[in-house]
Amino acid sequence: MRLAPLLTLLFLAGPVLAGLAGVVAPALGYFPAIGANDWGLGAFRALFDWPGISTAIRLSVTTGLAATAIALAVTVLILAAWSGTRTFRWIERALSPLLSVPHAAAAFGIAFLIAPSGWIVRAISPWLTGWTRPPDLLILQDPLGIAMVLGLVAKEVPFLLLMALAALPQCQPSRSLTVAQSMGYGRVTGWLKAVLPRLYPLIRLPVYAVLAYSMSVVDVAIILGPNTPPPLSVQVVRWMSQPDLTLRLTAAAGALLQTGLVVGALITWRLAEMALARAGRRWATGGARSNGDPALRVLAMALAALSAAAIFAGLAGLGLWSITSVWRFPQALPDALTLSHWARHGPMVLPTLADTVLIAASATLAALVLVIACLETEIRLRLRLEGRALWLLYLPLIIPQIAFLPGLQTLALNWGADMGRVAVTLVHLVFVLPYVMLSLADPYHGWDARQATVAAALGASPRRIFWRLRLSMLLAPALTAAAVGFAVSVGQYLPTLLIGGGRVQTLTTEAVALAAGGDRRVIGIYALAQTGVVVLGFAAAIGLPRLVWANRRGLRGAA
Amino acid sequence: MFRWTAALGAAALALTTPALADPDPSDWNAVLEQARGQTVYWNAWGGATATNDFIAWAGQQVQDRYGVTVEHVKLSDTADAVSRVLAEKTAGKDEGGAIDLIWINGANFAAMKEAGLLFGPWAQDLPNWRYVDVAGKPAVTSDFTVPTEGLESPWAMAQVVFYHDTAHLPEPPKSAAALADWAAANPGRFTFPQPPDFLGTTFLKQALYDLAADPALLQQPVDAVDYDAVTAPLWAWLDDLTPNLWREGRAYPQTGPRQLQLMSDGEIDLAISFSPGEASTAIANGQLPDSVRSFVLDGGTIGNASFVAIPYNANAKAGAMVLADFLLSPEAQTRAQDPNVLGYGTVLDMATLTDDQRAAFDALDLGIATLTPAELGAALPEPHPSWAVKLAEDWTARYGVAQ
Repeated sequence: MRLAPLLTLLFLAGPVLAGLAGVVAPALGYFPAIGANDWGLGAFRALFDWPGISTAIRLSVTTGLAATAIALAVTVLILAAWSGTRTFRWIERALSPLLSVPHAAAAFGIAFLIAPSGWIVRAISPWLTGWTRPPDLLILQDPLGIAMVLGLVAKEVPFLLLMALAALPQCQPSRSLTVAQSMGYGRVTGWLKAVLPRLYPLIRLPVYAVLAYSMSVVDVAIILGPNTPPPLSVQVVRWMSQPDLTLRLTAAAGALLQTGLVVGALITWRLAEMALARAGRRWATGGARSNGDPALRVLAMALAALSAAAIFAGLAGLGLWSITSVWRFPQALPDALTLSHWARHGPMVLPTLADTVLIAASATLAALVLVIACLETEIRLRLRLEGRALWLLYLPLIIPQIAFLPGLQTLALNWGADMGRVAVTLVHLVFVLPYVMLSLADPYHGWDARQATVAAALGASPRRIFWRLRLSMLLAPALTAAAVGFAVSVGQYLPTLLIGGGRVQTLTTEAVALAAGGDRRVIGIYALAQTGVVVLGFAAAIGLPRLVWANRRGLRGAA
Repeated sequence: MFRWTAALGAAALALTTPALADPDPSDWNAVLEQARGQTVYWNAWGGATATNDFIAWAGQQVQDRYGVTVEHVKLSDTADAVSRVLAEKTAGKDEGGAIDLIWINGANFAAMKEAGLLFGPWAQDLPNWRYVDVAGKPAVTSDFTVPTEGLESPWAMAQVVFYHDTAHLPEPPKSAAALADWAAANPGRFTFPQPPDFLGTTFLKQALYDLAADPALLQQPVDAVDYDAVTAPLWAWLDDLTPNLWREGRAYPQTGPRQLQLMSDGEIDLAISFSPGEASTAIANGQLPDSVRSFVLDGGTIGNASFVAIPYNANAKAGAMVLADFLLSPEAQTRAQDPNVLGYGTVLDMATLTDDQRAAFDALDLGIATLTPAELGAALPEPHPSWAVKLAEDWTARYGVAQ
């Protein structure tokens, strides 16, 4: 039990650091398997000689920063405008299922919505636009990456919102807001001035995770992002898949550069935080009571609705495609429906589904046990994982996957520990664990310790307090954390492919392979299957506490 | 660290895995015996439903007949399989590798052959090799000019065709020059997969064939010819064409099949394919409207063969050979040529078949959008693999990073 924090760090940081070390050698020219034995900076020279490098770097940085900043702004605005109200419960219900839609599925859905031959144009053509053929407009894959940023924002807002909601009770927002409003502050302005400064430090790590993810995302970038040239992460993957094997060295150098970019962007973000905090202090004490609050509230509602609508409509479009036999432009709806695609692919989906669930459930369970053991140890020994240790925990979320997974694969092969479901489960754990920790740490620390004191005074042992009180009262957040972890595992592509050697197939590996063919009908089936599995996880997280707490009304209110 | 972990891994393997002697393909009965009960992990591109169904069928047949289980590892890119074998070699895992058979050709084959990552020779010892049309289809032993030397076995013929929607484009342009003129008159209705995608690079090679003063030079490695002079007409032509492409050449489809969806959506009127039967197959499963037809350029089009190869460290080499042999059987070849299944050209020589076997081929209805062998004409040989690499690289520098 006392070893739990150490064990957890080992599970997380170990593979990342070892994998990262494995990419340094090829980046410096040493890769004996392809006959490269000369150490040197040739790979970096080749990288910077590549004509698209400056644009690729710029795209990586700008799309990542823009997506994170916008997603954070939208999240904060929604919270400031509506948290604690009845409308907010409704917003929360509309947005939280979005968390369960895998990134690639969401991106495909959005692509079908906004493309010049997409659903929106179909709905208004030709009666409004006069178009009988799709216009030749660069909406998707635009050079600035706007479509990609929007896709990322729609997916990241629900995640940040969930993280903020978990942390919010510690800020006691309603009391602060009551005081602020009694002093004449508007709702939004009051919230921004009184609650946000205490909330932001609690969601800083999730924000950093979003930034690192947005900068190095591959699947969303391929579907929605520019490709002449693409962001750096996509180009690294392209180099890795070239027949010319010497390009693997360039890819390794690119992976290190990508890591450097992420670290640089995180530092920039931190500096911007400090500058904003300074400016914000002046603003907060400046005394202005309102900043167009009613308009901001409407805006927040519109953004929340847009975010939800984009993903739901996209998914509905893909669902419709999965039963479409023919659907030509500019028909707003399919010309004919059929179940033949489901009949054809359904039998293949089922065994993959079983493996997906098995791996995700095992990884999630292991993560949950480790995280709870860590948190419990912290509390009993009155320690807190602070500073550096905490950073190590989130290393897998911050170092781009493409930078350390190839090295990790080689390492796993050396140990003979590859190709099995166990190995894949272990590597999923590396990514699941930080998310479970992110979701559960704050509610765990926020649990009112006075209840434990009372129980101890009544003679309960720490073990009994843990099982009878803490764990059962924290059932809801624990299950939400588990559902998030489950979703993360289901969505893993590269780790599954590389560590599983292609022999372990999940819904996501199948979906990505089939998506290469671009047949929307097949993509629709797998996108729905992927989403369906994850939704079941979230449904269980919501439903189970109600069952278990059927005779505990006080807790049901909290859930 | 690299080296001692590798040594450690090798030692661990030596302790745990009993060394299995490689099967001898010339003793076929021994191969069959060793294959029984093996599981073959066939790594093949998984982006097309039609191919996936065919692979599933072939796996079932081999299971029923020879007791070999086939698992299709669906790849989004063949290079993933190459990466895997490389990683295994790096880690010193020289036996019991994850991949038993790869669908491969061209540059990936050349790279794996060069790096010594392939098992063999074995292909010419397969019992069904006797049906293969070695004389009539030089591509079955020369993969992009690289001699196969029995390291890979062919299973399908491919030839570049273009398909067009007759509803919007009744008379398609049949040369590079005509294509550029048509695109200038109809901007935004043509595109090609973005090089270095395999098919996109093929489009460049095909255009170069049409435009180069002496196409015979393409059979030599790039270093052996005056590359700038040979390719100058291609770049001039592309400078004209690119602004008239779909999205003004600022975005491209990332794969070949993506063009099917674009044509189905009405975004493009003309597309390139490496499978003469692709359009018919897509019409049959509803992906394309039935107004689509295929054609080849007046100067002929590039043809090649699809192969399967066995990595040097494959775990089930015998089973992989049995599967490769089955793919060469007249029965499997007939099924692959059926446009309702795959629509791939056969690698077999009709003269070596029995009357019944030939009749099965003759009975196939090739589909409304498939050209007859006579209409397809003789295929042009693939250029040396160095052309694909260099053309893709230069195209990227000129057009792929321009924004």
